[in-house]
Amino acid sequence: MSSAKKQRASARPVRVLIAKPGLDSHDRGAKVVARALRDAGMEVIYTGLRQTPEQIVETAVQEDVDVIGLSILSGAHMTWVPRVIELMKEKGIFGEVLLLVGGIIPEDDAKALKEMGVDEIFGPGTPTDEIIKYIRDNVRRG
Amino acid sequence: MKVEEIVRGVLRGEKRAIARAISIIEDGLPEAKAILSALEPHTGRAYVIGITGATGAGKSTLIHKLIQAYRRKGLKVGVVAVDPTSPFTGGAFLGDRVRMQDLALDEGVFIRSMATRGSLGGISDATGGAVKVLDAAGFDIILVETVGAGQLDIAVAGIAHTVVLVLAPGLGDDIQAIKAGIMEIADIFVVNMADRPNADRMVVDLMSVLEVSPFNPSDWRPPIVKTVALTGEGIEELVEQIEKHRAYLAKRGMRPSEKKVRTLLLEALRRAVVSDILPMITKSAKFDAAVQMVVKGQVSIDAGAELLLSSIKQALREME
Repeated sequence: MSSAKKQRASARPVRVLIAKPGLDSHDRGAKVVARALRDAGMEVIYTGLRQTPEQIVETAVQEDVDVIGLSILSGAHMTWVPRVIELMKEKGIFGEVLLLVGGIIPEDDAKALKEMGVDEIFGPGTPTDEIIKYIRDNVRRG
Repeated sequence: MKVEEIVRGVLRGEKRAIARAISIIEDGLPEAKAILSALEPHTGRAYVIGITGATGAGKSTLIHKLIQAYRRKGLKVGVVAVDPTSPFTGGAFLGDRVRMQDLALDEGVFIRSMATRGSLGGISDATGGAVKVLDAAGFDIILVETVGAGQLDIAVAGIAHTVVLVLAPGLGDDIQAIKAGIMEIADIFVVNMADRPNADRMVVDLMSVLEVSPFNPSDWRPPIVKTVALTGEGIEELVEQIEKHRAYLAKRGMRPSEKKVRTLLLEALRRAVVSDILPMITKSAKFDAAVQMVVKGQVSIDAGAELLLSSIKQALREME
């Protein structure tokens, strides 16, 4: 192995799952974030539209990600997010994997979601740099 | 998780342990060696199938249908899907799962996306290790999807028993483009999107190329299978052909063909020369001298390279 290769291997890229639960088909925001994270040197696993919480959490387990990013624009966040948290607890990855939510979330809901265990919520128009910085500063596995 | 815990989990087929073992290997962590050697005695049962071919040929969709076909036979299926790492940012967009997500909850399926992380050859350095983990975890069939970079996408033949090359009409990857390298390592040719107008033409072209390549009577002759991955057409035949190739390999004690080994060895050597020998040359004073000679117009680029080459040959002779 060349020395350049060794260096690359030791700098482990952060692995992020970007998922869209629910039925809405607006994935532009999710794709913009996915691309920004990739360009910031992260490995982004993209699952496409209409994922169930079960699929999302199982994918997070199999892909051994550091971060789950949920993009929810349908207004159904109070249905999907608690279920994702419940399943993360069941699979033993809650607290270990960073859980982020992006979308239009009213303030009261945001507060409730954070109390449930969402690490951070990013509203529409959040600069992607802010998301990248948040992930770098908070990812739990180095 | 500790090494013993991970190993025990993998052998029990626990998905979290499998996932973590693959990460440790992929990240090149110190525990990787211990995990692999503990799993080694439990490997060798799985049948490994490499799926290669250009981007857009339908590899992921074909794999989705293959998983379903093997699941119907009651077999457990592992998938390792490789996508390229950006050489500029080190990041990667791993999107092969999109076409397989409906199988994410199937207990008998495990799908893992991998970035190349600087490896050439269409898979990552850790892909072979990931295959070993899935093998030890009891998956009967392991499908490896390569990057899809065409000509260089041949390293998968080093870890797969059967290599399937997926082509599709109208992608610009006509037969001329695939003649060397990848042709030698393909055991089965798939013409996907066979409902497209130029599909038959592609099959005919492919047949004529295959007919002129040299074969011994005892050699495996790669069949051509027409599929429409979206509808599942041709998948059963593909599975049958894979079975036939497996039987052929079993008869020869699972030894790969000499042609395949020759191609792989050559390519591995080429990569090693590029990554290890070439930098030694470009960092040398002789290289700088050659650059100056070309800059000053004393020699052409070709002549400059020729000068360097003769120094290398000289050094090699002295080595003997």
